[in-house]
Amino acid sequence: MDKNFAARRRRDLLIAAVLAVLAALAPLFVKDVYVQNILILTLMYAALSQSWNILSGYCGQISLGHALYFGIGAYTTELLFTKFGVLPWFGMLSGGVIAAAIAMALGYPFFRLRGHYFVIATIVIAEIGLLLFQNWDWAGAALGITIPVRGDSWLKFQFMRSKLPYFYFALALCCLAWFVTWWLEDSKWGFWWRAVKDNPDAAESLGVVVFNSKMGAAAVSAFLVAVGGSFYAQYLAYIDPESVMGFQFSLLMALPAVLGGIGTLWGPVLGAAILIPMTELTRSYIGGSGRGVDLIVYGTLIVLISLALPQGLVSLFSRARAKNQVKGATR
Amino acid sequence: MGLLYGLIAVGLALIFGLMDVVNFAHGEFLMIAMYATFFLFAFFAIDPLLSAPLVAAALFIFGAVVYLLIVRFAMRAKANAGMVQIFSTFGLAIVMRGLAQFFFTPDYRSIPQSWLGGKTVSVAGIFLPEPQLIGALVSIAAFAGLYFFINRTDFGRALEATREDPGAVALVGIDKNRVFALGWGLGAALVGLAGAIMAVFFYVYPDVGASFALIAYVTVALGGFGSVFGAFAGGIVVGLVEAVTALVLPPSLKSVGIYAVYLLVVFIRPRGLFGSM
Repeated sequence: MDKNFAARRRRDLLIAAVLAVLAALAPLFVKDVYVQNILILTLMYAALSQSWNILSGYCGQISLGHALYFGIGAYTTELLFTKFGVLPWFGMLSGGVIAAAIAMALGYPFFRLRGHYFVIATIVIAEIGLLLFQNWDWAGAALGITIPVRGDSWLKFQFMRSKLPYFYFALALCCLAWFVTWWLEDSKWGFWWRAVKDNPDAAESLGVVVFNSKMGAAAVSAFLVAVGGSFYAQYLAYIDPESVMGFQFSLLMALPAVLGGIGTLWGPVLGAAILIPMTELTRSYIGGSGRGVDLIVYGTLIVLISLALPQGLVSLFSRARAKNQVKGATR
Repeated sequence: MGLLYGLIAVGLALIFGLMDVVNFAHGEFLMIAMYATFFLFAFFAIDPLLSAPLVAAALFIFGAVVYLLIVRFAMRAKANAGMVQIFSTFGLAIVMRGLAQFFFTPDYRSIPQSWLGGKTVSVAGIFLPEPQLIGALVSIAAFAGLYFFINRTDFGRALEATREDPGAVALVGIDKNRVFALGWGLGAALVGLAGAIMAVFFYVYPDVGASFALIAYVTVALGGFGSVFGAFAGGIVVGLVEAVTALVLPPSLKSVGIYAVYLLVVFIRPRGLFGSM
């Protein structure tokens, strides 16, 4: 068992490295700006979903309020940039730290709640954040902030001429989120989280520090999501409360992991790789009429996949593997 | 308003109490009820007050069908049961919103002239808008009816028994699926009633459900999941808090008060006001 686990982890790392290299080469073949945009969004959502998965998948604390951290990342970066001229890199880092601090501060009361009470509390707190930002004049209120052009360089993290730098940053973020998950999966934290998810009471009695491990998951998860928010703000060069802190963002972060396989290493990546291009394509090909056909297609797929494959698409692979093993054993 | 929130929330609480499933399409149920009321008025000039029972009946059927087509299967999931329920009903909500946009366009609609619209009535020197007053009365009547139904009829007892132990009721010949389908129907019918009344004084548009759904979840959680009485009481609390917040904060922030009270309550009582600890 242990040997298999170690081998699987090495194999995962290898697959990830190969995928990352292939992804890095993709812009050589994809020159179309529209397709590049889809690739960037796919990588970003994969990263976000992977980060969400740490708290909600591995640790089992289902959060539907992660848009709060996303928005905090975006707003910290842009407020520092537009009001004080602070470089986005610093804004990104401080956004992450602030989000992690808020996640831990909220953890104190929230982690006493269980099940639906916890889920609703996360939705509610994100909604409060949204309403406050919508009414906060200094931060642009409901109109949001337009990010001024200050150059075209890695230093300023603004690129006018090409989307490629954004692409590589999104790829790096995606790799980072994946690697952090991979690394934590086999750490003390990873085992604690799974124990907390399966049975918090039993975990507690076996000496798992349930509360602290939830706090750890919340902090890591919020930090990475906030970095994603900061990236998104720079990429779009415009933010407003609804578009970075709205409830739909919390869902968009959760969906790839849910469809791909919640609490798994590859679920979020696989889910995002299928879901995001699908969303973007349905939106641009049939959603242009503004009549909601894209919503109908999208919603139907969510219903069908969640009913047919409750463990996500990843379970298709493990099922196939289990079949092979049975075959191998009988041979 | 609080009583209407209560009525919306009672349907949600009934479904939850019955089978531990949160219907994330609850707001969309409300939305189609409002559209149904609107079209009955626009095409057949049926006053919302009269169409309310029709709408409730239609929603009853709709709720039962949703259970049989979707929720029944979601409840069979062994792994990630919570997520499957959340996302299958949420997917349904997205589909319903899309369909509403497709068929009814995203325009805002309202019922211009009804029996009740715009009139006020003076009760002991306080002027009350008539639609809201009737809404409150209907809510109380519906709640009393539901209470009677659950506690006094055979079906109500079957509902209660199935909730307690779905396995054991099968032994005495109660079809679990039928009871649950009826429960969903009943929950949806209550939302239908609320939607019919609200169509009189709210704009109807495809996303209207979303704004009320969160308040409904908060209401239910405030009262304590699984407690129908709690949901009704929660509704009254939410209505009062909203009214008070509207006096203190700008209108755009009025929901903040509701959310803050919810957080405060669950921090003190993590199972809600009337939830079993």
